[in-house]
Amino acid sequence: MARGLFAESGADLELVGVRKEFPGFTAVEQLDLTIAAGTFFALLGPSGCGKTTTLRLVAGLEEPTAGRILIGGADVTDTKPFRRPVNTVFQSYALFPHMSVLENVAFGLRRRGIGDPLGKAHTALQLVELDHLAERKPAQLSGGQQQRVALARAVVNRPALLLLDEPLGALDLKLRRQMQLELKNIQTEVGLTFVHVTHDQEEAMTMADTVAVMNKGRIEQIGAPEELYELPRTSFVANFLGQSNLFAGEVVESGDATIGVQAAGRRILVPTERAQRRSGSVTVGVRPEKLLLLTEEPAATAGINVLGPGRVTDVSFSGVSTQYLVEVPGVGTIIVFAQNLVFGPVVERGAEVWVSWRVEHGFGLSDAPVSSIAQAHEALVGGAEA
Amino acid sequence: MALTAFTGPVVSADASGARRGGRIALLLLLPGIAYLLLFFLAPLVSLVITSLQTPSETVFGQYDFTFNWQNYGEVIGTYSEQILRSFLYALLATVFALLFSYPLAYFIGVVMRRWPLVQSLLLILVVAPFFISFLLRTLAWKQILSDEGPVVSTLKALALLGPQDHITGTPIAVVFGLTYNFIPFMCLPLYTTLERLDMRLIEAGRDLYAGPATTFRTVTLPLSMPGIVSGTLLTFIPAAGDYVNASSQFLGGTSSTMIGNVIQSNFLVQLNYPAAAALSILLMAIILVLVGVYVRRSGTEDLL
Repeated sequence: MARGLFAESGADLELVGVRKEFPGFTAVEQLDLTIAAGTFFALLGPSGCGKTTTLRLVAGLEEPTAGRILIGGADVTDTKPFRRPVNTVFQSYALFPHMSVLENVAFGLRRRGIGDPLGKAHTALQLVELDHLAERKPAQLSGGQQQRVALARAVVNRPALLLLDEPLGALDLKLRRQMQLELKNIQTEVGLTFVHVTHDQEEAMTMADTVAVMNKGRIEQIGAPEELYELPRTSFVANFLGQSNLFAGEVVESGDATIGVQAAGRRILVPTERAQRRSGSVTVGVRPEKLLLLTEEPAATAGINVLGPGRVTDVSFSGVSTQYLVEVPGVGTIIVFAQNLVFGPVVERGAEVWVSWRVEHGFGLSDAPVSSIAQAHEALVGGAEA
Repeated sequence: MALTAFTGPVVSADASGARRGGRIALLLLLPGIAYLLLFFLAPLVSLVITSLQTPSETVFGQYDFTFNWQNYGEVIGTYSEQILRSFLYALLATVFALLFSYPLAYFIGVVMRRWPLVQSLLLILVVAPFFISFLLRTLAWKQILSDEGPVVSTLKALALLGPQDHITGTPIAVVFGLTYNFIPFMCLPLYTTLERLDMRLIEAGRDLYAGPATTFRTVTLPLSMPGIVSGTLLTFIPAAGDYVNASSQFLGGTSSTMIGNVIQSNFLVQLNYPAAAALSILLMAIILVLVGVYVRRSGTEDLL
């Protein structure tokens, strides 16, 4: 990277067939990924899914077992980390304890011979509202303050690619929101490429242009946050990103517009273009907020799926909405989110109800079906712990 | 006012608690203080008194207290060469021991971190020489470096040493002996700091455009300063007063006499106690000043 000069803009990042094995386990199975310059990209996944390893591979702190890494079209696979146009905000902050906050921030600028390192460091500290603590040592700051210094230390270098490893984990909610906005501002203002690793799905969805959901060393699905939420392709994505009601069954009819799935003696219709598998055993699902609770059996209507009757087993109020758990014999427990349009819950525990949703809200998953929602949850929890 | 009235008793309770804590602390310190008084302060005072004595006019070998400050001037005049030489040798030995020990400690404490068993084995090897008396080890080196020994004959065969040259009895042998004997004292404190070195900071340095050499200079070295300071102090202070390595019975000769040998000879051979005492006090004072300046300048308070 040229001395004395900032990157003019963000660079695109390309991972080609990247694989990383550690003695005893494989952290990253097979990664093919292209991140366009200037995007805010989030890698989302449970701990241990290989997302931090991916970040370290891009930073050059780990060497891939196989595959190539390209930044701005240049192959950097064999480039040392200090020659890559990349900076990292470490999860552990990794601030130098023997230097003042100001010297920490100026460190990268000094190494690259950029003019007025202290002035630029002060500006970066003003950005994170810590300029008044510039002369302190990192140990004299709180966790949240240290995290902001780590952010300033990376951002001040204006790298073509900024890697963020759970950078907002130690902040309280208010500061976190503020920093999220700040990060987004920096990113759009300078046009840098941000790769943000997090296990917080809300953070990933609110900040990122593109989200990749990672599980067990593989990327399960990539797309815009809305796309990932509305049309998950695997049961892992369906349950890691928000909650889903999943039903396993056999495809009994396959039309141009919809496919019909026989699940627990009932027929559920799913739009054909929203189904990944169109024959054999499949899993279909619908988001809990798309469901309607009905106290009497509705008349059969085209374009509406109905399940029921079932019993309300739990009602929990959460302010904006109320969550109902409905036990439908043969199907299992269905989660329903209902907006609180009236005061208090619409039905009480023990009430007999039907649930319905519009056919176009359903989705069909690509992975092998699981026989019940309970198993899907187990798979999710197991995946999160692995 | 009401508030202060209420807080009054609370404050006094705190103060009495602190006083009780102070009394317990004092009680715990008592053995240490007694030890220092008996074995450090008393001999020191006796040494200062001895250093101001003059030989008795009537009885040979007996000295009277006369506040004879000239003793100090005399020993400085007579032994300035040996005093300067001692500090030069101690400095050289400290530098060589540091240059040798730092890579060794880094290897054990950082590179071998993934193999704790190898790490402990290597540490045992560093400490192993302590199982044999350092007198014996120094004598062994005298044998190895002697004129008939393998080192001299090899160097002579390679024409690196002339036919009349020796190693024992030269300053080289003395500095070598000092370096060798103090390497464990340098290595262990360095190891303890390097073993705690946070590798994530090294990674951060590499991420922030610092190459291996720059990362070492700006991150690793400053972070290992506590180990360097304690290691160099543990080497320099005893090396400056050492009288074994420079003794002609071991590795030294007449041209490499150190202050320790002079003090030994004045105390035990010439029986000139005031001169020996004055030299001891002088040695202590110089070391105190040097160490004080060194610790202040290296500024390690922040790291400890």
